[in-house]
Amino acid sequence: MEFITQTWHWSISGFLIGMVMLVLIYFGKTFGMSSNLRSLCAMTGAGRFIPFFDWDWKEQRWNLIVVLGAMIGGFIAVHFLHNATNVTLNPKTIEQLKLLGLEEPNGKLLPNALFNNSSPKIIILLIIGGFLIGFGSRYAGGCTSGHAISGLSNLQVPSLKAVIGFFIGGLIMAHFLLPLIF
Amino acid sequence: MKLLKYLLVGFLFGIVLTKTEAVSWYRIYEMFHFQSFHMFGIIGTAILTGVIGIQFIKSKKLKDIDGQPIEILDKEDGNLRYWFGGILFGLGWALVGACPGPIFILLGAGFYNVAFVLLGALIGTFLYGLIKDKLPH
Repeated sequence: MEFITQTWHWSISGFLIGMVMLVLIYFGKTFGMSSNLRSLCAMTGAGRFIPFFDWDWKEQRWNLIVVLGAMIGGFIAVHFLHNATNVTLNPKTIEQLKLLGLEEPNGKLLPNALFNNSSPKIIILLIIGGFLIGFGSRYAGGCTSGHAISGLSNLQVPSLKAVIGFFIGGLIMAHFLLPLIF
Repeated sequence: MKLLKYLLVGFLFGIVLTKTEAVSWYRIYEMFHFQSFHMFGIIGTAILTGVIGIQFIKSKKLKDIDGQPIEILDKEDGNLRYWFGGILFGLGWALVGACPGPIFILLGAGFYNVAFVLLGALIGTFLYGLIKDKLPH
């Protein structure tokens, strides 16, 4: 059981993620998670006012089912396949986190300071972060799955631009903004 | 039955991303500080698998599950949308440590604060739809 509950090696999970993309191609679909955000907006009937959401989201129903499966997978993995040695970070990272006032993982996936905290400041930060993800992924036409995995696998130059953008934004946030925020 | 296969693919995706900790805020922080190879290894291996698979599909002209020729569309040409959109996305990714897939996975796993991230993401998607035509692409 331990080979399941320990942190999965990057080569195994990377291969499986690549296979998920290929299997969806075999099913005649495209691997891309952020499209579901557009579907969810369209489901509210926003298409009556905004042309961008005026399309047949039911054709994307399969993708919402993928999401549902992923949510169940996350539930099973967290509740039944957990191991106290999970999320073993570089000791240097842990030192840095302490300086920011964030606790070390001790087997947890997420810091309590951010995800088990109902202070208004944190909730606003989470909403802003989500906003940037939602707006940015639609503007760029895809997220990590659509551009970094699907796009780069198909040697798409636009996806390379987007992925470089992801890293520019991420580096700015991680190195310059996070220390100001925390 | 037709939709069950998507549930299974999603299930595998959710398990893999959680068990390899790609859904972990900590792993994203560590990645953007270049303090571990882990995330780069995951993304790199996924792309390598994808490149080989897609080349194979194209060279063998494989058909999909319904017997239709597999067509993989090219991304639209463009510059500003990819740079600006990409940078905004990256800022959010490093702040909340989750991209769209993990947002859903973590919510399913019971991390309820992630609902605020999803709320923000829906607002962001909505606003993009609203002002899309005014933005440079």
